[in-house]
Amino acid sequence: MSVAEISALAPADEAEAGEMAREARARGEKLDIVGGGTRLGLGRPAEGARRLSTERLAGIVFHEPAEMTLCAKAGTPLGVVEAALAAHGQMLPFEPIDHRTLFGGAGEPTVGGLVATNASGPRRISAGAARDSLIGLRLVNGRGEAVKSGGRVMKNVTGLDLVKVNCGAHGTLGLVAEATFKLLPRPQAEATILLRRLDDEAGVAAMTRALGSPYGVTGAAWIGPGMGREFSRTLLRIEGFADSVDYRAERLIALNADLGAKHALTGEGSRSLWQAVRDAEFIAEPRQRAVWRVSLAPSRAARFVARLGAAALAHFYDWGGGLVWLASEPTEEAAAVVRAALAPLGGHATLVRAPDDLRARVAVFEPLSPPLARLTRGVKASFDPDGVFNFGRMHVGM
Amino acid sequence: MPQIAFPPVDESILARREAIVAGLAAILPADGLIADVAGRRAFETDALTAYRRLPLAVVLPRTSEEVARVMRFCRDAGVNVVPRGAGTSLSGGAIPQEDAIVIGLSKMSRILEINLADRYARVEAGVTNLAISEAVGRDGFFYAPDPSSQLACTIGGNIAMNSGGAHCLKYGVTTNNILGVRLVTLEGEIVDVGGPELDAGGLDLLGVICGSEGQLGVVTEATVRLVRAAEGARPVLFGFDHAEDASQCVAAIIGGGIVPVAMEYMDRLAIEICENFAHAGYPLDVEAMLIVEVEGAEEEMAAELAKITAIAKAHGVRTIRESMSAMESAQIWKGRKSAFGATGRVADYICMDGTVPTGRLPEALRRAGEICAAYGLRVANVFHAGDGNMHPLILYDVNDPVQQQKAEDAGMDILAMSVELGGCLTGEHGVGIEKRDLMRRQFTEADLAQQMRVRAAFDPQGRLNPAKVFPLDARAG
Repeated sequence: MSVAEISALAPADEAEAGEMAREARARGEKLDIVGGGTRLGLGRPAEGARRLSTERLAGIVFHEPAEMTLCAKAGTPLGVVEAALAAHGQMLPFEPIDHRTLFGGAGEPTVGGLVATNASGPRRISAGAARDSLIGLRLVNGRGEAVKSGGRVMKNVTGLDLVKVNCGAHGTLGLVAEATFKLLPRPQAEATILLRRLDDEAGVAAMTRALGSPYGVTGAAWIGPGMGREFSRTLLRIEGFADSVDYRAERLIALNADLGAKHALTGEGSRSLWQAVRDAEFIAEPRQRAVWRVSLAPSRAARFVARLGAAALAHFYDWGGGLVWLASEPTEEAAAVVRAALAPLGGHATLVRAPDDLRARVAVFEPLSPPLARLTRGVKASFDPDGVFNFGRMHVGM
Repeated sequence: MPQIAFPPVDESILARREAIVAGLAAILPADGLIADVAGRRAFETDALTAYRRLPLAVVLPRTSEEVARVMRFCRDAGVNVVPRGAGTSLSGGAIPQEDAIVIGLSKMSRILEINLADRYARVEAGVTNLAISEAVGRDGFFYAPDPSSQLACTIGGNIAMNSGGAHCLKYGVTTNNILGVRLVTLEGEIVDVGGPELDAGGLDLLGVICGSEGQLGVVTEATVRLVRAAEGARPVLFGFDHAEDASQCVAAIIGGGIVPVAMEYMDRLAIEICENFAHAGYPLDVEAMLIVEVEGAEEEMAAELAKITAIAKAHGVRTIRESMSAMESAQIWKGRKSAFGATGRVADYICMDGTVPTGRLPEALRRAGEICAAYGLRVANVFHAGDGNMHPLILYDVNDPVQQQKAEDAGMDILAMSVELGGCLTGEHGVGIEKRDLMRRQFTEADLAQQMRVRAAFDPQGRLNPAKVFPLDARAG
């Protein structure tokens, strides 16, 4: 194979991308979509013969501050988007995780990668996931056709919604060429109430009480002992206009006086903590460990971790307990323990970080029930009948 | 003559009617099947009452298993199926034909589980939207999407149409508030998609089921998010002398970094109609009015209102009236939510539902007025301004076929304009039969074919809610 043949494809526009998809399909070739390369370790290992890069599909298509919408092409670095938004006091609502903390390495996260992985952070509990802010997209499917769904308005029920199913599809339905998001004003202020020395159960209970309060909590996380402090920390965040944050912080402190709440962290102290939660910094090291992201009903989180026993090398909770970040040995045995511990509780576990050979041997995403597998296969085929794009990235043979 | 076409009825199904009814009777309890003409008549239309077609039979199952049996039977017998909640669709989404059976979910109306700690409720699809909020209201929680028909409409219907409502500006629409569904496919499989946890474990099939207008399967149960209510909420009325000022004020509030819970627009005619009906204290001497709702503690609401008021003053607001009591707030919202019903007492109307980017609202309102004037028709505007979801109510006389045709033509012109301005045909009512033939205004053949192939992954024969959403001659390719 010559150098030219193994180099990455880099379409300049949708038409070129469509042409490349059609050619690959005709040749029976598989393509792996690459953006900034910061999330390549997600999903099952790439099986494609060639890479298709979004680097030339870059740029903000429009930003309408007064309409709180932004549209950008897939290869646009997230930093470019965030700078444009910051200039107008706006932000992406869902606080996207930066996977570089977990995976190490260089590269710049892109809009396409964020959509492909439905990359959401702590604010997911109040502002929704990436899929909830995504209001429109353009896609090149595995037949080489450019397809759009949704649009640039906040309310749109015209036709079947193909936007959300593509968010978190890890590129298995096609190449997301362009994405439109709704935005939020960047909060003027934030404050974090910190509760010390609560065990798992008590920490989740405190978060549940806070999330059931009328004070608009936008972050609720529990960090175990030994993660930056020798004691556990339960974090409750509020955001908004400064006077409102002051008031609600006071109320939340009063609500948690029985748990020793005293004062609130503000500004940089609060921001850096939530960035660490967002990026799963507390379990990023040691590097050789496998990392799992487990989504379940919050009241079952502590029970899930207890069922893991010694298999849980480290863990912390986000989303009020609804998200368990977990470190395990990078082995098939540990993976089996995780799946078995979760099965009776419901929810789903994703193996976020592990060596390629392990991610090839065990299910990375929650195994599908037979009817769900049939529907998933059907939807994949409806976009990409011959499996041109990111084949096998989520499930074996799909 | 109404202009929306129906496909020819499948005579081979009609010819087997006796056998089909007998087959359904054999798999359902006696009170689960309606076969007589008078009984079926109640299911011949929805809220798009200009169109009526008598279904072959109606089944009223009590369990997902009964739905599965009916679906398997219909697949084997080759009979079309039209799912139905409360029949409040404004786009004809639940209108059947003579070769279809209706599956009505009205007997599946139980709340199965309320879990406040995990902030979800699991309900049967026939539960009304409002019943969920009422069940958790005394604990300070609510279910966020609030369509104006929330007293009657069901959660199953809300999922089919991805319904919105006035308070979606802050809390999102149905698809942002559903965690899971139990879906019965045409094969008769009972599939659980999602659950109490956030986000999907594999492909986000829930995202494609929400808003699929009953064409992918019959949703029999749903797990919905419950939201903790703020400490307080208060609507405020802002009256303007010029419609343009009101719509520019909307854009300025959003552009100013403020996201109120709700921001509703009413023009002079709509204000008059609703005030006569609800006696909500709306100002009658203004050209346009905004209802802006803020929430939080007293001090928070006061601070946010001060910011909004400053913007409104910069846009020439004439009257400002803050609700002073819970009863007054209820009256203000009653007036708004009864807009369609109140208009119906004054004249016949058709309601459009296009969305435009909020920055184009002033232009869209002006052009909608011009379009109706050119047809010699009156239009009342009452809509969700914060998200650009317009609802022009075009008034006409249903007994005058010429006027009905003009009203439908004006409506189609307005929707075409919505798309042209960068918006869409329908923001929350769904496509149904009503906007089916306009889909090519918004989508290319490739767009439509992709949607139809996804539909075929669930229902290859296209038996579920046929002749809706897609133009009759569109093909999956």
